[in-house]
Amino acid sequence: MSTETKTEAPVEQAEDRRINMIEAINEALDIMLERDDNVVVMGEDVGYFGGVFRCTAGLQEKHGKTRVFDTPINECGIIGAAVGMGAYGLRPVPEIQFADYIYPGLDQLISEAARLRYRSATEYIAPLTVRSPFGGGIFGGQTHSQSPESLFTHVAGLKTVIPATPYDAKGLLISCIEDNDPVIFFEPKRIYNGPFTGFYDKPVEPWKKHKDSAVPEGYYKIPLGKARHVTEGEQLTILAYGTMVHVAEAVAKEKGVEADILDLRTLVPLDIEAIEASVKKTGRCLIVHEATRTSGFGAELSALVTERCFYHLEAPVERVTGFDTPYPHSLEWAYFPGPVRIGEAIDSILKD
Amino acid sequence: MADQADTTPQSGDNRPALALHVPEPRSRPGDPVNFADVVVGKAGDQPRPDESTKPEEMKDLAYDLVRVLGDDSKAHGPWDPKLDPDTLRTMLGHMAMVRAFDERMFRGQRQGKTSFYMKCTGEEATSVAASMALASDDMVFPSYRQQGILIARGYPLIEMINQIYSNKGDKLLGRQLPIMYSSREHSFFSISGNLATQTPQAVGWAMASAIKGDSRIAATWVGEGSTAEGDFHSACTFATVYNAPVILNVINNQWAISSFSGFAGGERTTFAARALGYGIAGLRVDGNDALACFAAQQWAANRARANQGPTLIEYFTYRAEGHSTSDDPSGYRSAQEREEWPLGDPVMRLKNHLIEIGEWDEERQTAMDLKCAEEVKATTKEAEKNGILGHGMHHPFHTMFEDVFEELPWHLKEQAEQATRERITKFGSERPYE
Repeated sequence: MSTETKTEAPVEQAEDRRINMIEAINEALDIMLERDDNVVVMGEDVGYFGGVFRCTAGLQEKHGKTRVFDTPINECGIIGAAVGMGAYGLRPVPEIQFADYIYPGLDQLISEAARLRYRSATEYIAPLTVRSPFGGGIFGGQTHSQSPESLFTHVAGLKTVIPATPYDAKGLLISCIEDNDPVIFFEPKRIYNGPFTGFYDKPVEPWKKHKDSAVPEGYYKIPLGKARHVTEGEQLTILAYGTMVHVAEAVAKEKGVEADILDLRTLVPLDIEAIEASVKKTGRCLIVHEATRTSGFGAELSALVTERCFYHLEAPVERVTGFDTPYPHSLEWAYFPGPVRIGEAIDSILKD
Repeated sequence: MADQADTTPQSGDNRPALALHVPEPRSRPGDPVNFADVVVGKAGDQPRPDESTKPEEMKDLAYDLVRVLGDDSKAHGPWDPKLDPDTLRTMLGHMAMVRAFDERMFRGQRQGKTSFYMKCTGEEATSVAASMALASDDMVFPSYRQQGILIARGYPLIEMINQIYSNKGDKLLGRQLPIMYSSREHSFFSISGNLATQTPQAVGWAMASAIKGDSRIAATWVGEGSTAEGDFHSACTFATVYNAPVILNVINNQWAISSFSGFAGGERTTFAARALGYGIAGLRVDGNDALACFAAQQWAANRARANQGPTLIEYFTYRAEGHSTSDDPSGYRSAQEREEWPLGDPVMRLKNHLIEIGEWDEERQTAMDLKCAEEVKATTKEAEKNGILGHGMHHPFHTMFEDVFEELPWHLKEQAEQATRERITKFGSERPYE
């Protein structure tokens, strides 16, 4: 397996300074609150308490309670108010405590934030970044585990970004906050503290043992719309994002398969060039996501790969996803698209 | 009030049978009008508290009706804003212009020049007079029936008509349904088709103004029907929690398309009274009394500007026309309602007041109405030079793909190229398709 590469030159990394994804997100918010007076951070429990996942810890004390504040438990109000703040000229970073609870804010996101620039012909914009922990693998049951990204990738005017490492979380979040379009920034909470590989019976390593937890202290950006090459290989392409990047990497490694793994990082706009180049090289493609299968983002990826790489394909494009059920509690590891399901799919793709 | 339930016990059970109450308006097509539930107090009888008064200390005003203009056409009581005659004439002029504009645009839709229009007949005071009490840079978040704000703020009529026609002069590039205006220059927020979404946005804008230590305030307008949306609850909650400098204007025109205000919860309480539950100052105002509309908005603006917090104002009025050009109100309400509406017509009432105080006369009114009609007519002709709906594409079609995002991503570039190919296939390369 070749060495890992990044799609752009990384900032000089301090190898001795390693942080987890929560700390990386906290740093990105801290830096942006410092750099831009118009940045405000808001959401349920984000102020004094510092967030139920500690992502906003210390920020209110440092930046004041008119920059970082608690909100009523009202997702429609959180996002609606953020749209109004954006119209004024602020750059709000609202938090929705769990992606499972973003639905009361959907009308404001879909009908308002996503369309404001278009419908007003640029008179008004909605430069918000909606942060929300998402994904399963934590025994979160039905309403603390969902992956609703395809509801947002389907909306014209929204960008959807999902980091898989502390390094990316910081650099991508800074890019999102500076972006003038509304962005949904989903944080895979399963990997807040360490890169979960799907082998749930083995202990999870903390981020400090992973090279992508070496995060520069200062300001840096990772461009939106650019995938990250996780591993390079010739046998098949694996398209993944969030937690599933680490699961796919671990499974491929365990099976001794040389996979070309792409961490998509941004779902809209998608890095179609990286996907095409990889699939045309390997001729085989596996798509992995936690979200339910039918009309999930994998369907879009599969269609794009089939349309654009058809004559290079040597096997059908396969999808490994969550099942089309609500996310169960006790049956979590039967539901989660883990090593067995991914392993079988890899075998199936490689046998043709 | 509620129909009496059939409380006969069901067999084998001594508990009374429950009965669902489905609200029903007092008169339907063919019925005589019944406005028995509309209680109209005497103009001038309502107290005007100080702008810093606590909401619970002025709760009676949420159930009363603030009125200035009496049946004698004189201004009465503490809410009289004591406007000078020039301001009153300006106000009357804007209201007359809104009415003339509505007439012409409605006809334009019937003539096929555009797809859609919505009048605000009978409600002119709730936008014109109310917005005249705000500073020109206070931000307004209107619904679709506040064209009076644009006219009062001096937005050019031709821009409105260009938008209605989706023609090549339309600054919104033909993307929006007619009347969904937007003017940043006039601090008029982009109108959305999704009801009540603007209300938490207005609160957020006001919060932003407070965060930055600005002096500007926000005001939003919403119909009584749309107050049933969850967004309105969100707006009230956020407004009160953060003491936001915002005015929540509820236009209770009795009808939400075919549903009377009972379906928004208006049978048992007033819309102004909702303010009390949130700890917001609530005022209920005669919406056809331009002076009362101005005075209430001014009171709320003073309150907001002094960091005393938000105000919810219910304007009690009547939607004199159909909901839109797609609606026929004779299918659900008595045709006589408009004539018998106890609060009369806002334009006539203001006109009669100006005449009463010796600052106006019928001749000048007739001349003004004529001038408004002629100005709208001439502007319409001017706008028609930019095209009308249905006469081909007025904007380069690639503008359809722009402004979805700040920059065109690859997939929209591909789709724009596809659209170019389609144009060439349809019209040939000699046809201008840009």
